[in-house]
Parts: sequence; structure tokens; C-alpha cells
Amino acid sequence: MDFLTPTTWADALAAKAEQPDAVPVSGGTDVMVEINFDRRRPPALLDLTRVPDLREWTHDDDGRVRLGAGVTYARIITELGRTLPGLAMAARTVGSPQIRHRGTVGGNLGAASPAGDSHPALLAADAVVEVASVRGTRQVPVAEFYTGVKRNALAPDELIAAVLLAPATGPQQFCKIGTRNAMVISVSAFGLALHPGRRAVGTGIGSAAPTPRPADEAAAFLAGELDAAGLWESRGPLPEGLAAEFGHRVRAAAAPIDDVRGTAAYRLHTLSVMARRAATWAWDEHRGADARRAA
Amino acid sequence: MTTTETSTRTSGGIGESPLRPDGRLKVTGRFAYSSDLWHEDMVWGVTLRSPHPHARIVAIDTTAALAVPGVDAVLTAADVPGRNATGLEHQDTPALADEVVRYEGEPVALVAADHPETARRAAARIVVTYEELPALTDPRRALDEDAPQVHAQGNLVREMHIRRGDPEPTAPVVVSLEFEVGMQDQAFLGPESGLAIPDGEGGLDLHVATQWLHVDQQQIQGVLGLGPEQVRLHLAGVGGAFGGREDLSMHVHASLLALHTGRPVKMSYSREESFFGHVHRHPAWLRYEFGADHDGRLRYASADILFDGGAYASSTGAVVGNGGTLGLGPYAIPNVRVDARGVYTNNPPCGAMRGFGCVQAAFAHEALMDELADRLGMDRVAIRALNGMREGDRNITGQVIDSAAPVAELIGIVRDLPLPAPRAEVDLRELPGGVSNTTHGEGVVRGVGYAVTYKNVGFSEGFDDYSTARVRLELTGGEPVATVHTAAAEVGQGLITVEQQICRTELGVERVVVHPKDTTVGSGGSTSASRQTYVTGGAVKAACEAVRTTVLARATELLGRTGLHLDGDKVVSATGEVVAGLAEVLADGGVEETVEWRHRPTHPIDPETGQGDAHVQYAFSAHRAVVDVDVELGLVKVVALDTAQDVGKAINPDAVVGQIHGGSAQGMGLALMEEIVVTDGHVRNPSFTDYLIPTILDMPPMQVEVLEYADPHAPYGVRGVGEPPTISSGPAVAAAVRAATGKALRRVPLRPEAITGV
Ligand SMILES: Cc1cc2nc3c(=O)[nH]c(=O)nc-3n(C[C@H](O)[C@H](O)[C@H](O)COP(=O)(O)OP(=O)(O)OC[C@H]3O[C@@H](n4cnc5c(N)ncnc54)[C@H](O)[C@@H]3O)c2cc1C
Repeated sequence: MDFLTPTTWADALAAKAEQPDAVPVSGGTDVMVEINFDRRRPPALLDLTRVPDLREWTHDDDGRVRLGAGVTYARIITELGRTLPGLAMAARTVGSPQIRHRGTVGGNLGAASPAGDSHPALLAADAVVEVASVRGTRQVPVAEFYTGVKRNALAPDELIAAVLLAPATGPQQFCKIGTRNAMVISVSAFGLALHPGRRAVGTGIGSAAPTPRPADEAAAFLAGELDAAGLWESRGPLPEGLAAEFGHRVRAAAAPIDDVRGTAAYRLHTLSVMARRAATWAWDEHRGADARRAA
Repeated sequence: MTTTETSTRTSGGIGESPLRPDGRLKVTGRFAYSSDLWHEDMVWGVTLRSPHPHARIVAIDTTAALAVPGVDAVLTAADVPGRNATGLEHQDTPALADEVVRYEGEPVALVAADHPETARRAAARIVVTYEELPALTDPRRALDEDAPQVHAQGNLVREMHIRRGDPEPTAPVVVSLEFEVGMQDQAFLGPESGLAIPDGEGGLDLHVATQWLHVDQQQIQGVLGLGPEQVRLHLAGVGGAFGGREDLSMHVHASLLALHTGRPVKMSYSREESFFGHVHRHPAWLRYEFGADHDGRLRYASADILFDGGAYASSTGAVVGNGGTLGLGPYAIPNVRVDARGVYTNNPPCGAMRGFGCVQAAFAHEALMDELADRLGMDRVAIRALNGMREGDRNITGQVIDSAAPVAELIGIVRDLPLPAPRAEVDLRELPGGVSNTTHGEGVVRGVGYAVTYKNVGFSEGFDDYSTARVRLELTGGEPVATVHTAAAEVGQGLITVEQQICRTELGVERVVVHPKDTTVGSGGSTSASRQTYVTGGAVKAACEAVRTTVLARATELLGRTGLHLDGDKVVSATGEVVAGLAEVLADGGVEETVEWRHRPTHPIDPETGQGDAHVQYAFSAHRAVVDVDVELGLVKVVALDTAQDVGKAINPDAVVGQIHGGSAQGMGLALMEEIVVTDGHVRNPSFTDYLIPTILDMPPMQVEVLEYADPHAPYGVRGVGEPPTISSGPAVAAAVRAATGKALRRVPLRPEAITGV
């Protein structure tokens, strides 16, 4: 097995173009598990940890955060907790301290598991994935990035450069169900973002369909109801039953299966509860009535 | 018997908590576990396992595997030189499957190669032609006439019947329930591993992580067709055991490969293979009925208990014995009917695990005790105190409990421990779901649950249960130093520290060397059944006493005085005058004594009535669990898990508390999350990704109350410690969740689906 060690982004892209079957490694928390379990024997590994640009986050010209693909969860939690609260909440639920110190959002996108925890938060925040190759750079809205179970929109010669996210302009929430209180793969997960500036709602569902997916109809419904009642401006209380109805609609957007981690029925049920609760918390926060944030 | 002469000078004796010699190495990651074993010339062994729960082996073609460069050997059942049969109670387990495979994961062939990866690649090229057979995967069908037969002798491993008192008792208040317990795994962290080194003369040395060197030795030599002196075992660093290392795993396989290749062979399982490489806790189906008077006093109890033994017997017979004799819990009950059975199926083999047959039963009898209390409108603690055994009572096999049985006191203690404060502000880490942020308090209901248990200590039902200790006292650099040699396995519980402490107390020396554990000394018996501090501790104490007797005889001869005794490292006259130093007496050479020590005999029970003095000692514990349940999502946070336990005498108080913490966590794990999910004979979650064990964020800090009511029949009054906490913690947690949800919840682990009812 070859071990390729580019130290610049240009070299990394060149290496990937030359050897498209080389498997990129960032934190290695997915890749090394697969290699250890003998599930995968790639002809080459492309080590991205020596490419400095990937490990940085900056602001782009549009004021968005440009989160390098190799920024770890631990740094997202400590450095971006206010700017990207939904993603930071998701990051807090990932694995253990060791995993959060190595694992990256780029790796989560690369693996594209329906259970990846960053996905619901990225979907809710309308993130854009910046992918690159020697042929150039393109921007893929995250909802289009997931193409199937553990498959993504990358061409064989492409790498993930960064994720672009607008700083939060409203409350964000992330909730995840697992059968123990830490170190657990999600049974189901839900991300929510309120975008008061554009009177929009963002959603993301995890572990309850072949890919992470938004609940667009539910989001449009909630945004529309808030709009119709003039609540975005008035910041009045949520009408009775609205959060619950939102929950039902989120549930309707999911297509889960039964597996060893949980039943489809439980996944659907928990999605509707999480969506209801998350909407309530987010709205409370928007109203300023409740400044509770995740600890 | 010589009297105990406790030194006033020596520190680190019994009752103290000296540092464990392996402690620092373990916490700094430098301890050498069996998976770290290495030999310059070694090759690697791997195992090819059956993909089917039940199939006939039509043919095995090893040609392609042997052709892989780097491969030294490919072995099948045809290459077994001795008797192809192993097993703890019944020799029903082939070392390598012969003609039939009876469970998914059964070893079929072995490969040795210069690299583990090469060995794995080669194993994948072995072509085994199987003809699948109907698999028996529901143990409730095992005794049906048309059930597939797992073994020629039928599907029953053992049944036990206990009858006591009125055969047709009645009572004004009757409650009953059915309960189901899923398959728990020991989930020890150090995978099965070892190194077999051939000696060039037809024999070998096997370094292996195990719980009982001598019982391994016996089985291995039979398969290899060798004498005991040709199969020498050495205990390698054990990374946890909990019963999962009582049966053989890679022992015979590495030995076969080593003898065949003439090279040292290392085998080390991956985590996934480990789930197929050892037995699990028996899943159980239990049907219980209690009849009581209106004041809550039990008039009768009946129980039907079914254990799924899986494809091979392992220790199913003894588990049935425990489930039967102890299956109604620590209660005085005049009229009793218990029928316990263990059966063969084509599921994974099940055997020993901490709590051994009592764990499953405790979930049922404690749930039913709550049911009875509720029916009568009685307090759940009071009903346990009322029915709890007392010293002098007879248990359900008619045996008199002839030392402390403080059931009422233990349950009273846990009731009176301070309760956790109600949640004040929202800190996600304190809530069900933790930082996964599923509730800020919505849907969260608190519940409190209680459970008590008792567990036999040591081997039972007439088993010749003994341990051997060799103690040598000699001068090293002018100082008296004791060396203690037993074959009793240290599996992490702290036995080597206990052995040192006993030597210090008995011989008054500071320095005690623990000889590596091996088969050059007699058997230490199994490190299981909470027995080693009792039995090997007893043997070490007896060996020390023998050494002391010899030393004093020598001093008497040397000094021409009688009435001498040892005080620390001084020889003292009857009047208290120091007449010599220990060093002077030892100047002519060391003193060594080897003692085989037995606890009081136990007896088989009557096959028809189940009556008899089956057990040597009983250990009691109680737990109180406090849980917060998000009743809408079915997620649980255990807020407090407090316990009281009678340990007779805490030889090493820190180690006692450590056992109680760990055992409690393991019991809680079964109540809430730990289950090997088996569908149609296939294990669906052989990984720590999907076999969940509690993390530090699931386990609350504990209040632990340790009672020391000495057992007059046991050395120093000790009572086994390791198992009771695993038995009473789970039922307390389950009871607390029932209290919070109001749901019956008759199956553990309590899955969120069951808690929410979706
Ligand atoms: C013990 C443990 C616990 C875990 N718990 C969680 C959890 O709770 N939630 C969760 O979501 N995940 C969890 N994971 C999975 C894993 O940690 C995450 O998916 C993580 O985000 C992967 O990041 P990484 O940098 O380690 O990825 P790597 O393993 O380096 O890579 C993952 C995939 O992405 C590809 N890749 C990496 N970087 C790039 C790039 N720049 N361009 C293109 N492709 C790339 C790789 O080729 C590979 O296919 C856990 C893993 C372990 C071992």
C-alpha cells in the first residue's frame, strides 16, 4: 500500500488526479477502522494532514465561514460554538474526546454515512461543500452532496476542500438519539436552524433514510405558518400545536429501516419528538424568552 | 490449626489497601497483556469459522490456502492427534469442527503464516463445502419432539427440580409474571490471545490469558494426546475475564499449530472474532409466581426457568444449578417449586458470566416482589425486609444459612442513604441523552428502584473445590523475603495483592514476591464464583502457617527454648521477650511449604426434591437505583446507584469497593443496553459500535456501604465480593425505570422502544 504525503493543496490534488483510487485520510477515524477491520485494502492512502490550508477556517468574501475540510470537531466546539452553534452541538455528540480531537467534518462528508452527525446540522444551515480537483473548484449544496448510502458527489479525482456556512443569524438546534449517554452512533438525529433574516427554516434528518436529507416540506410549512401569523416580527408565542404539527411533518419526510440499533417505528417517533422539542427551544430562544443553550 | 499471629509491625497486611503491583503499569499503558506477547521466531495463527448456525461439513479443500506464500500450516479436525473434544462439564466441544458445525463462528480450520494478514488471506481460500441443516434457534422449542437435534444425546443439558413444603400451596394474594433476559457479553477489553512455544521434545509452553490454568491444561493435553508435564501453562497478562475465559478459546489451536510447525505461534482475536470466540451469559425465559398472606409474608413461590445454553454445554449445568437453587432470591419461603432447565440450541454457546445464573433470576424475583408489594399497597423495602433471610433460616434447598444473612439490614441501609437532589438547572450532561440534547427536562420522570440478592461463593454441589499455595521464606540480601506461588489467575481483581497482604500478615515480612502463575505448582482452582480470596487466600494463609510452624520448630531447636512465636520479623518468647531475629533463624536456608486447602465440603442435591447443602457460603447485597427517564423518548439516565454489601472481612478495602463499582456497572449495563442480538442463529452486533457497554457518562458516582460480618467458617471471615453487585444492580435499575414509566417492562435490556411503547 502506497502512502502519499503531499504537503500542499496543489500537490494533494495532483496526487489524487494521478491516482484516483488513492483513499484520502484526514483524521483517519473512519478510514483506519475500515483498514483495521480488513474491510478495505486501498492501493494507496493519501494523507491530507500535512496540507495546512485544510486545517484552517476563515471568512470568505461573502462573510461565510470557510471551514477547511480538516478542521477537527474539538476545534469547532471551542472556536466556532457561537458562529456555527448547530454544527458545534452536533460536534459535541461525536464519539469520545479522542475521536473529536481527530475526526473532521471533511471526513464525515467523505464517509457520507446516513448516521454522520454533522450532516443534519449542515443541511439545516444550508451549507455548501467546496470540492476541488486539478480541473478546478466547484460548490455543491450539501443536500445534493449525498447521493446514496455512504456515497457522495465527489468525482474520482476530487477532494473536499472546505465547507461554506453562513454564520448563524438565528437559533439552531441539534438533537441525537442514542441508546447510551455518550459514544454512540445515532439511532436518529435532527438539525434545525431558524433564519429570521430570510424568514426561513432549515432542517436536516439523520439515520432515518438512505442519505441524510432535509425535511423541506416541514420547513416550508413552519416558516409559512410563522409568516402568516406575523410571528417572525412579533416574536409572539408559537400557536398551540404548531411545533407538534411540524414534528409530524418532519417524521413524514423520513424513510427509516429496522436495524440492530433501532426500529423504523422508533426512529419515526423520535424524529417527531425531537423536531417538536427543537422547534420549541429554537423559538423560545428567538423570542428571547429563554436563553438556554446547550451546556 | 495454628492461631493467627497478626503482626503489629508490618504494613501492607490484610485490612489495608496497599498499591497493586500491576496498577501503575496498567494506568500508564505499560502492562504487558497477552496480546502483547512476542517471540522472535513466531508465526501467526488464525481461525476459519463457520458462517452457518447448523450445517454438515461435506468437504474441506485446503489446497489453495496452502499455496499462499508464507503459509506454514493449514489444519482441520483430521489433524487433531488426540481426542477432538473439550469442555468444562461435558467433553462435547470439538477443538475443530468434525463433520458438523453447530453455531455461527464455530472453529473449522486453522492457518499459521508469517504474517497475520497472510494467514487471514489464506484462511479465506480454504474451501469448505457445507450442507445446511435446520437450525434450532428458539430454546423454547428445544424439547419439542420435532425440534432439530443439536447433539445425538438430545437437547437437554440439565434440568433441576426443587420441591419443598406443601406441593399444592395456596395463598390469599397471588402474583405472577413472565420475564425475559437477553444475551449479555463479558466484553472484556483484552481479546483472547496467547503464544504457544514448542520445546523441541514434543511438548510446549503455552502463555495465555485465562481463568484456570490447570483445567485448561487438562483439556489441551487431551486434544494433543500429551501428558501433563508436556503441556505447561503460564498466565499471560489478563485483560478482564468475567467468566468468558473459563472455556478454551485459542489455547488448543495455537498449541496444535505450534506442534505442527515446530515454531512459536501467536494468536490474538480481533474484537469481532472475540464475540464468536467465547461463551456469553445465558439468555433466559422465566415464569414466576408468588403467593403471600395479606401482611406480605410469602407463603409459596414457584418458578420455571429456561436457559439457552447454545451449541455446547460449557457450564450450562452449573448455571442451571445456580438458577435453580438460588433462583428465588434471598427470601425465606416455606413452600417451593422450581423447575430450571438448560438446553442446547444452534445459538452461540453460553456459559459462565459474573453472577452465574443468579443474574437472570434476580430480574424476575425482584420484579415480582415489587408487584406483590404494589398489590398489597406495601412499601417495597418493607416487603423485602419482612421476607428477607436471616441467619439460621433454611433456604429453598433446606440448607441452613449458618452465617450472617443481613437482608433486612442491607435494604434498610440503601433506603436510608441520602437521595440525589432533584435537578435544579438544566445541565444536559445530567439529563437522559446527555449532550445529545434530546430534552431540556421535557418528558423526564424520576424513578427509584430497589433490589436484593444472594449468591453462592465457590464451587458447589459436591465439587472438590481446592487451591494450592507454595510459600517460601528466605533471606535475600540479609532480609527475610517471602515468595508466594499459586496458579490462581489474576484477572484484574487484585488477587496478587491479596496474596501479598496475607503473607505479610502471617509472616511479618514486608517484602513478598508473587511468583509468576503457572502449572509448576498445583491447581489454584478457577478465578470465578467470587472464590479466590476465600479459597486461594485460605491456601496462602495455610501455607504461611505451615512455614511459620517450621520456622518456629527450627528456632526452638536453634535456641533451645519452647513457647516461641513470631511477632513481625522477631522471634518472641512466651513472656514477650525478643529472643532472635527471623534472619538468624533463616541463616541456614529458606523454609518452603506447599499446602492444598479446601473449604468445607458441599453436597449434591437430591435429584427429585432438590434438597441438600449445595453451597459453601452465601454473599448478600442490595442496591437502590435512581433514574431519570425521558418517557417520551425512552432514554434513561441513571442518577444514582447506591449499594450495601456484606463482605465478611475486607482484606483489601479499595479492591472491594472496586469490585462493587465494576460489578454494579456491569449489572446496570444488562438492564439498559448490553445485548448480543441473535437472529436465526446469527450474531448481528459483534462490535463495540453496536454492543454497547456503559461509559463513564452512563455510570453515576456511587455510595457504597460495606458491612463486615465475619463468616466464622471462612479464612479471616471473608465472603466473596465480586458477583453480588452484578446481580442486584440491574434489577434495581429496571425497577427504577418501571417506577418512572409505570410500565411493566418484562424484558431486559430495556430498549427505548419498549420504554416508549412504539
Ligand atoms: C470510536 C468512534 C466513534 C465515532 N463516533 C461518531 C459519532 O458519534 N458521530 C459521527 O458522525 N461519526 C462518528 N465516528 C466516525 C468518524 O469519527 C467521523 O465520521 C469523522 O467525521 C471522520 O472524520 P476523519 O477526519 O477521521 O475521517 P477519515 O477517516 O480520515 O476519512 C473518512 C472518509 O472521508 C474521506 N475523506 C477524508 N477527508 C477527505 C477530503 N478532504 N476529501 C475527500 N475525501 C475525504 C476518506 O477517504 C474516508 O472515506 C466515530 C468513529 C469512531 C472510531
